Amino acid sequence: MTNVFDAFAGTDNALYGPLPDPAADAGFDAGHPKRVGFFTDTSVCIGCKACEVACKEWNLVPDDGTDASDLYRLTGMSYDNTGDLGASTWRHVAFIEDVRPHGSATKAHGGDVTTGRIPSGLPALGGGALPSTRETVPAPGGGTVDLLSLLPDDGAHGQQTPDDERDVRWLMASDVCKHCTHAGCLDNCPTGALFRTEFGTVVVQDDICNGCGYCVPSCPYGVIDVRGSDGGAHKCTLCYDRLGSGLEPACAKACPTQSIQFGDLDELQAAADARLAELHDRGVSEARLYGRDEDDGVGGDGAFFLLLDEPEVYGLPPDPIVTTRDLPEMWRNAALTAVGLGVAAVAAFWRGRR
Amino acid sequence: MTQDSNPTEMPQRRGVDRDAVKPRRGGRGEQLQVPEAEFRSYYGRPIIKAPVWKNPDVPLYLFLGGLAGSSSVLAAMAAATDRPTLRRGGRYVAVAGAMGGTVFLIHDLHRPSRFLHMLRVFKPTSPLSVGSWILSPFAAFATATAAAEFLGPRLSERGSGRFVRRAGDASGVAAAVVGPALATYTAVLFSNTAVPTWHEAHRHLPVLFAGSAAAAGGGFGLVASSVRDNEPAARLGVLGAAVELATEQKMTRDLGMLADVYEKGRAKTLMTASKACLVAGAVGAVLGRKRRWAAALSGVALMAGSALTRFGVFDAGIASANDPAHIVVPQRERIRRREEAVQPGTTPPDRRYVPAAGS
Repeated sequence: MTNVFDAFAGTDNALYGPLPDPAADAGFDAGHPKRVGFFTDTSVCIGCKACEVACKEWNLVPDDGTDASDLYRLTGMSYDNTGDLGASTWRHVAFIEDVRPHGSATKAHGGDVTTGRIPSGLPALGGGALPSTRETVPAPGGGTVDLLSLLPDDGAHGQQTPDDERDVRWLMASDVCKHCTHAGCLDNCPTGALFRTEFGTVVVQDDICNGCGYCVPSCPYGVIDVRGSDGGAHKCTLCYDRLGSGLEPACAKACPTQSIQFGDLDELQAAADARLAELHDRGVSEARLYGRDEDDGVGGDGAFFLLLDEPEVYGLPPDPIVTTRDLPEMWRNAALTAVGLGVAAVAAFWRGRR
Repeated sequence: MTQDSNPTEMPQRRGVDRDAVKPRRGGRGEQLQVPEAEFRSYYGRPIIKAPVWKNPDVPLYLFLGGLAGSSSVLAAMAAATDRPTLRRGGRYVAVAGAMGGTVFLIHDLHRPSRFLHMLRVFKPTSPLSVGSWILSPFAAFATATAAAEFLGPRLSERGSGRFVRRAGDASGVAAAVVGPALATYTAVLFSNTAVPTWHEAHRHLPVLFAGSAAAAGGGFGLVASSVRDNEPAARLGVLGAAVELATEQKMTRDLGMLADVYEKGRAKTLMTASKACLVAGAVGAVLGRKRRWAAALSGVALMAGSALTRFGVFDAGIASANDPAHIVVPQRERIRRREEAVQPGTTPPDRRYVPAAGS
């Protein structure tokens, strides 16, 4: 930000590319703390949602008014009745039931080609010949209501009883604001409400935000949103208040399996690399890091993940690029067309008859 | 439901919106050569958040900014070339557009009482900040010009009256310098988002919006000015309509699969209506410029075409943001190309396996 003119001249990575120290780029002096972040290891997530609850409690985040059906606010998406990140959801646990016919798991999805089994490292369900409960539900009007049929998608995405024909792999992942090295929300904020903290995180100042909503479509991950009740934009602060007191963020504190790890970013990256190597050695070839690489489209994430499938399966963009990468070119184009419009309007008077 | 009808695949693999991902028309030179998309997503949910900007506030703001911006140039030139009706109309509509646009911009805020926070910093990285700093001086210059236009004839021929008229001319020139920027910066406003249909059109939207602004300004000039004065307005309006029509065509072709949002729903209706209005207005302006009523009707059609384009682009962006295919399919394609370019079989950088030091 301080070197914005350098950035437009292409001599600086203020808008795109690797940036070793975003806090220094934002103007903090050399004495600022090290950059912190989250490493969310989804391979040990048990889907308890303690992170969601702890975040809500500590940050006093109100009811998110999840839509979906009015039926107990169930989304029909496995145990995920939160839906997605938003103004009042700063941690979101995704649940994916990877159901496939027995023996059909392919190599592309990490399956063992010889057995067709969902790979090890995760509990693979199957074998038990459980009766289908849905056959016993009487037709509507018969006094019993088929709850699944009331769901928006007729229960097609609902929880399924594994039978002997299918293998089920259950993926769970706690999503959060990525605290990008190049944060589209921050750079696009016209009021300066969004700012880079001394810890390298990205935080909204609620007393500055005027609810213009520009940050909302600027986020390549769809994290930040405007809250209907107060009109302000809100997202994860990485518990800025707790960091100042030397505490770890509430979600990491509450996580019972250390799926959410908090710490200095360089240490987390080393831990993540070691964990990935360990999983690969154990044959979990589908494990991959997401947001770890500082050469990616957002200059690397402050909050990054170990995933067990493609990012889009978890609702994450597979190859996000910060929108400001193209901003210098956009300004050049807009300036040139503005000149063109002015010239055209002037030229329209050329040799005009009256 | 029987066991056989249970889903045998991951549910999200079925998240293909057949309507959203139509087969492409052949031979149109798409950038993204993807088969009818097989993509995975999280229960078919959107990946990015759609803009929370209000409709019609923001599209109308875009239209008014374009109208006021190009009208200010017409008015300044009309003042210099002695076309009083074109000058008067341009000056009044410039201030009306700036004021109306400001009202819509403030009403669009979810905390309108804090609209002045827009001016607490100047950030070149934020198109909305830059836009606020373009709109504010433009509104000031346009207001001063319109005030002089109103007061000028009512004051004495010499002395204070002459000073007011000269000051009005000067501020009119200042407004005309800023005006085109007001008309085109909104293209950066839209394209500097993660909305695929807007972002990937960042080379087209400035030209499209400049054309739209020229059509609106020229159109209003045809409505407001006499037959004696309206030739420049007709020329600008016709040129704007032509640029707008051509750019829209090129944009939807270059966007490839991302252009599908222009081919369905309300965006399609709006863009079709826009094209009809622009063609009718341009033809009318060429043929009927010398009839007062025909010129005015053509001007209205040109303005309507300009406004409908803004509404259509806005709607297309909302639809694009809500479609996970617009995120996943092009990004997968990007990864695939990058892999091809680097080395076959290489994992994309975001998933590259880097062994820990010492292991």
